[in-house]
Amino acid sequence: MGLLAGGNRHGYDLKHEHDVTFAAAKPLAFGQVYATIDRLVKKGHVEAVEVERVDGPDRTVYCLTDAGRVELERWLSEVESPVPHVANPFAVKATIAMLVGDRSDATAYLAAQRAAHVERMRHFTRLKTDPATSLAELLAADYAIAHLDADLAWLDLALDRVAAFEVPRPAHPVVST
Amino acid sequence: MNQVLPVPSESATPGLDTGPNGSVALSALSIVYSYGRNPALRGVSVELRHGEILAVTGPSGSGKSTLMLCLAGILVPDVGDVSFGGRIISAESEAERSKLRRSQFGVLFQFGQLVPELTAAENVALPLLLAGIKRGAALSAASTWLERFCVADLAGSRPPEMSGGQAQRVAAARAMVTEPTVLFADEPTGALDALSGEHLMTQIVRVAREAGTSVVIITHDAKIAAYAEREIVVRDGMIENGTGV
Repeated sequence: MGLLAGGNRHGYDLKHEHDVTFAAAKPLAFGQVYATIDRLVKKGHVEAVEVERVDGPDRTVYCLTDAGRVELERWLSEVESPVPHVANPFAVKATIAMLVGDRSDATAYLAAQRAAHVERMRHFTRLKTDPATSLAELLAADYAIAHLDADLAWLDLALDRVAAFEVPRPAHPVVST
Repeated sequence: MNQVLPVPSESATPGLDTGPNGSVALSALSIVYSYGRNPALRGVSVELRHGEILAVTGPSGSGKSTLMLCLAGILVPDVGDVSFGGRIISAESEAERSKLRRSQFGVLFQFGQLVPELTAAENVALPLLLAGIKRGAALSAASTWLERFCVADLAGSRPPEMSGGQAQRVAAARAMVTEPTVLFADEPTGALDALSGEHLMTQIVRVAREAGTSVVIITHDAKIAAYAEREIVVRDGMIENGTGV
């Protein structure tokens, strides 16, 4: 609906514009585009305005309805709830490394993961410093860097915790006489 | 601060020692340094290549700033050598090291430490003036470097009239005015907001690459370290991630 707010479009254009605007996101499948349009038409938020024929198959052009515009504004004013459960595959892997191996295995994994994160952060930093980067790409890069930075803070803390972890000593057996 | 701003004595010989990119510009071999009984560096070896941008990261108290001070010839390690341009500078006198710092090294601190009574142009020209360069030539060079850091319009302004980001860019221009071989930046964005920090780092990297200057960035911030091509992590006085070579 946000993309239609900028002007009427057919599904092919909507998919293309989505993929360009949100370059860091997964590209939209055509099936997903048309299923979403059908759903929005049923809700009265989008309607077909004309059929275009330009060098190929007929393409239906859609517009945002007044009801759709109201719904779009409502959605934009809503805050996103924080995710109740945060998946942390790194913690899972480090824990299993300690279960399967020992502290040095967990340390080796965490250090390697850290290096991979650092390299990924360098990638997005290079993107940000490129004068040709668009605002949408900058926002996506900032978001990625913020998440990578949070992960790196956790990885550094995890390395400290693993290094400081003391393996519980087995209890002395009671000897009966 | 007196150790890194030029002290007026003999004239410096500014100029960039541009070895071929990839060759070693500055190195430390197994250096140990203690503050009294507290060991800050416990056998650290580092190589900085010509034209390289290196980040030194680690938690507070890890020894990263001490490493920078040893590399810059401000501190002399208790054990081990620091070498630059074929010389073991850690074995040289303070006078020789001071002369080297004036001509070959630039330093940018977290708080730029500009002289509040001087204009931006005068602040940037200061290292050259103290090295005996004539005022006209020094101010002309200052103007060039202010332009490279996109603060030429502040030439006549004084530090109290500048934002934090602007002042740091003027301080960066001052650190580069002698065209040093190595620029040391110790938490250069520590006092800046995210966008100002980004602008500063983008300009430091661009200007250093254009000038062929090697850069050592000391930072605890992974986002700032990401501007470098290579990172060494210092923890508890030692390099954690492999070797610094």
